Amino acid sequence: MQWDIVIGLEIHVQLATKTKIFSGSSTAYGAEPNTQANAVDLAMPGTLPVPNEQAFRYAVMFGLAVNSEIERRSVFERKNYFYPDLPKGYQTTQLERPIVGPGYVDIDLSNGESKRIRIHHAHLEEDAGKSLHEDFHGMTGVDLNRAGTPLIEVVTEPDMTNAEEAVAFAKKLHSLVTSLGICDGDMSQGSMRFDVNISLKPKGSDTLGTRTETKNLNSFRFMEQAIAHEVERQMDILEDGGVIEQETRLYNGDRDESRSMRTKEEANDYRYFPCPDLLPVEIDESFIDDARSRLPELPDARKARFKDQYGLNDYDAGLLSGDATLAAFFEEAVAHGKDAKLTANWIQGEFSARLNAEEKSVADSPITGAQLGNMVTRISDNTISSAGAKKVFDALWTGENDNVDAIIDAKGLKQVSDTGALEQMVDEVLAGMPDQVAQFQAEEDPKKRKKMLGGFMGPLMKVSKGQGNPKLFNEILLKKLGG
Amino acid sequence: MHNKSVAELSRDLESGKVSSVELTREFLDRIKQEDGKYNSFITVTEEQALAEARAADEQRAAGNATIWTGVPFAHKDIFCTNGVRTTCGSKMLENFIPPYDATVTDNFRKAGAVSLGKTNMDEFAMGSSNESSHFGAVTNPWGLSKGEKRVPGGSSGGSAAAVAARLVPAATATDTGGSIRQPAALCGVTGLKPTYGRVSRYGMIAFASSLDQGGTMARTAEDNALMLNVMAGFDPKDSTSLDREVPDYTATLNEPLKGLRIGLPKEYFSDQLSPAMEEQIRSAVKEYEKLGATVKEVSLPNARLAIAAYYVIAPAEASANLSRFDGVRYGYRCEDPKDLMDLYTRTRAEGFGTEVKRRILVGTYALSAGYFDAYYLKAQKVRRLIQQDFINAFKDVDVLMSPTSPSPAFIQGEKTNDPVTMYLEDIFTIAVNLAGVPAMSVPAGFIDGLPVGLQIIGDYFSEARLLNAAHQFQQVTDWHQREPQ
Repeated sequence: MQWDIVIGLEIHVQLATKTKIFSGSSTAYGAEPNTQANAVDLAMPGTLPVPNEQAFRYAVMFGLAVNSEIERRSVFERKNYFYPDLPKGYQTTQLERPIVGPGYVDIDLSNGESKRIRIHHAHLEEDAGKSLHEDFHGMTGVDLNRAGTPLIEVVTEPDMTNAEEAVAFAKKLHSLVTSLGICDGDMSQGSMRFDVNISLKPKGSDTLGTRTETKNLNSFRFMEQAIAHEVERQMDILEDGGVIEQETRLYNGDRDESRSMRTKEEANDYRYFPCPDLLPVEIDESFIDDARSRLPELPDARKARFKDQYGLNDYDAGLLSGDATLAAFFEEAVAHGKDAKLTANWIQGEFSARLNAEEKSVADSPITGAQLGNMVTRISDNTISSAGAKKVFDALWTGENDNVDAIIDAKGLKQVSDTGALEQMVDEVLAGMPDQVAQFQAEEDPKKRKKMLGGFMGPLMKVSKGQGNPKLFNEILLKKLGG
Repeated sequence: MHNKSVAELSRDLESGKVSSVELTREFLDRIKQEDGKYNSFITVTEEQALAEARAADEQRAAGNATIWTGVPFAHKDIFCTNGVRTTCGSKMLENFIPPYDATVTDNFRKAGAVSLGKTNMDEFAMGSSNESSHFGAVTNPWGLSKGEKRVPGGSSGGSAAAVAARLVPAATATDTGGSIRQPAALCGVTGLKPTYGRVSRYGMIAFASSLDQGGTMARTAEDNALMLNVMAGFDPKDSTSLDREVPDYTATLNEPLKGLRIGLPKEYFSDQLSPAMEEQIRSAVKEYEKLGATVKEVSLPNARLAIAAYYVIAPAEASANLSRFDGVRYGYRCEDPKDLMDLYTRTRAEGFGTEVKRRILVGTYALSAGYFDAYYLKAQKVRRLIQQDFINAFKDVDVLMSPTSPSPAFIQGEKTNDPVTMYLEDIFTIAVNLAGVPAMSVPAGFIDGLPVGLQIIGDYFSEARLLNAAHQFQQVTDWHQREPQ
């Protein structure tokens, strides 16, 4: 049987506010447990929440960026359940009146098409603390540093039909919130966490199947794997004539397996009701206008500009515009390097490879955009060859020297482009290879001739101690050999 | 000395007739000697009080005194006090010492007042008789001479009894459905529940957040005004407190009442009202007419729905507010929990008393899937109707008057097995909390030797007018000066 896959996402985005959503504690990651939890975060008796205006501003900026209506009267509700890392016994969240209404995001697919993914809503809420089950000898430790960190939970419509689309959406959202500066985007620290809702239905059917929710995926790769895993699991059950149980599942990325966390019957009755400690928050036009004025250039606009301003093709523009830090790196490089296409190639080639190899992000790069740009300039003006540039790049990366021209001098990478000197070298080499010269001149197949031409390049490089300009050598060779 | 008001004691301190240390010693001695009969205090902070008194005397000598500097008083044990045990009348918080002050506590500290300790109360402020306290029932000073152990009302029964018994001249209190006014009435003292949002709730342990309001209790209206001067005001730590100017509440106490328009809600003077109570209240209203007020009948058509709505909304909020008492971070924890569920269930089963558990269950039920619309949403609609009733009534009159409670203080144990009868104690007070308007209870007579309270209800932020009306009444009556034998 053929199946349609239906995927919807819920994404928790930690907002990059300095303090928590309802208290003055710091939200910085990585502090000693419970050192960033004050009386409010600990839910001490009598303490009260005070909303953080910046969290609202960030949520509104997000709403504007995804083409949503902003709810003018935003209401917080209490979601009641008991858990040790939930100090109040309820999470303060939004249900009936979320701050961000319906909107959409367009994603680019590998087949060159783009697709619109609708956003159902996004609401503001507080994060819970962390329960630590290891290192406590059968007991559980509770760290409330994270408790009260502001989140927006973005809920999509079930508009995605495969893992590629879901991952493309996730990456687009990541690109959006980091470009907006409302989230640091560090998924290894839980700054963005994905829940995936998946159901299957017979191909072409209008009726949705029963869905499962796979929770807390914290990398794009795990998300892709978890979707593949869950689709296969559901397909196996359905094709064996079974039924899918509505449940919440946990996926273990290291083992590529999942298990049921709770079924629908076991689900909590959260007993939502409006939080009486927080009055409805009225968001007026001037607040929205102010948020709008703070919107930076967004990835879609940036991509269009990269194509227009730098003449990049769609693919290059898309890759370089998605991540705000990478885009800024590229623009800094082009400002110094002029040749946008060559700069783009270096960023996507050597630069990305080195970052990946060392598991670094663009922000951690040891070389600056300006340095890369200066290096590209020296390639463009024939000062160095590509091979020489690799050596320059390496010296910059390792921190051996931070000046491109100084590296070129120190390493003697400057190309010889004096045609008189080069001609002399060519004459010398050709004189020593009479058989090859004769063979070349007898050959008529242009492909073979080209290959044979390469045979002279090695000795030429040797004679020039690697400093001869390969392009000029080529031209002179052709002239001398009558090509 | 112990019969003097805050205003009088403050003058004596200022004139040097007495020092704060002497005054504090005298009241501490009285608590030691007398409170065995009433059980109005949960915690007495003798050493700390004397230290505060010494500091207050120094402050006054240095010429930096406020009205309150060196004046002894007490806090209801619902207000968090930095370094001093705060129990909220519950086993759950029997050993809880907050590392912070409530805003109200902080305000009195800054004013230089000397806190003698924490007064008894119904557990988590849930009750109308002060019998649900983990620290034992409070006995009303009235009736004791006849050998009767009567309730002081609740939940601020400890504050009311302590003020009535002259153990302190004033005490803080809170009111969610009548918890200031009803005990004030039953103990023959004067109490004020301000407009919702007038006094910060920060550090005041929550029962029902949308109804809870901190307020004042003392023998005179003037002392209530002095207290409110310290307590009222916007607090950035409480998002529901209101940023509105705070007047000097003593400044208008002596305004004449000529032309004051009094409304008597007919629903509060029905056939069900006992003739004795009606007579007392009507004669109090007559005093007002003598002072130049006019009286007319008004209607609060939805008032009859107030108790039903309240007993959905208050428990619903309480069910969430009390979830934090889970044995994980502070407060009572059961012995040897075998797993997480056991920790939760036994901690809460053992740490909470019967009435608190009853209300948590009622509230949880009202919020449950399938019942939410029928109970919680319906109750909220009723609440809006009741608010509208008051808004309409105040188009025609300046204040409303009624009995504070249906009857005077009853005998301990009389209603403990019948929660609904107990809930009817608050039949005249609850609508006020649902609407959020301010109201007072003022001593207005006696039935069989037991005090009766007149409730005066005002429009939003009309505390100054209520205090003025109460003060003028107290210039021509002496009910508030009567002392239990």
